[in-house]
Amino acid sequence: MLARLRAGDEEAFTVLVDRHHAAMVRLAMTYVRSRAVAEEVAQDAWLGLLRGLDSFEGRSSLRTWLYRIVVNRAISTGLHERRHLPVEVSEFEDNNGRFAQDGHWVTPPAHWTDEVIERITAPEVAARIRQLIDHLPLSQRQVVTLRDVEGLSSEEVSEILRITEGNQRVLLHRARTRIRSLLEQEVLA
Amino acid sequence: MRFRWPGSRDAAITCRRAVELVTAYLDGALSTDDEMRFVTHLTYCPNCVEHLQHVRGTIRATGRLQMNDLDPQVRTDLMDLYRRWRADGTA
Repeated sequence: MLARLRAGDEEAFTVLVDRHHAAMVRLAMTYVRSRAVAEEVAQDAWLGLLRGLDSFEGRSSLRTWLYRIVVNRAISTGLHERRHLPVEVSEFEDNNGRFAQDGHWVTPPAHWTDEVIERITAPEVAARIRQLIDHLPLSQRQVVTLRDVEGLSSEEVSEILRITEGNQRVLLHRARTRIRSLLEQEVLA
Repeated sequence: MRFRWPGSRDAAITCRRAVELVTAYLDGALSTDDEMRFVTHLTYCPNCVEHLQHVRGTIRATGRLQMNDLDPQVRTDLMDLYRRWRADGTA
């Protein structure tokens, strides 16, 4: 892929754009306020990719490198603001009250049947998950977007965000716990 | 019945602990000992098996958010960018 890009292969570039651009915009959205600015950041990152193509040594994957450029550009646009809106703590369990003193479940998790799984993967629910993710603290939002929306590995995410894999996992765990609570409410409703 | 794995004083973990380990388990990031404790716990705890299913369902539901909504204009702009870069090497 790298050699084809350097050689000016249009098809290779098209493939790369189709595969990554939308995800890059979503990643940029975790840093900046508007979609328009996120779009600019992503386009700017492509420019960065082309400029760096000759000096890229391939120590990380092309995707990791590209997403890392997005993060750098997003931060340097100076629009790096905290979009984090406080979430009512009571809205979510924090594992307090779920377990008894001896570490066993107080209220065991209800059985999620196939019908339940079908319900929670419906478009209306996706919109609610999106809303919840938008309100998560910045670092949780970034990790869960890259891991569970884009499907990147823990190794890639820790490299892109420059955090340890362990730290990355803690943030992912918290984000998933919150999303699961939302879905549980959805199921009970 | 509670049994012990060789080399560990007490292999049993609580549900609370099992829930804490879920993310690392799904990442394949647990130590051999912890993974054994986790899996052993699941063999006698249907609640934690159910919880694991919840987490898997949650990941699936979140994965539905991905939309490849690439604006055709954006695609054209990027191809132009690439052609300029190829033409004069400066983009």
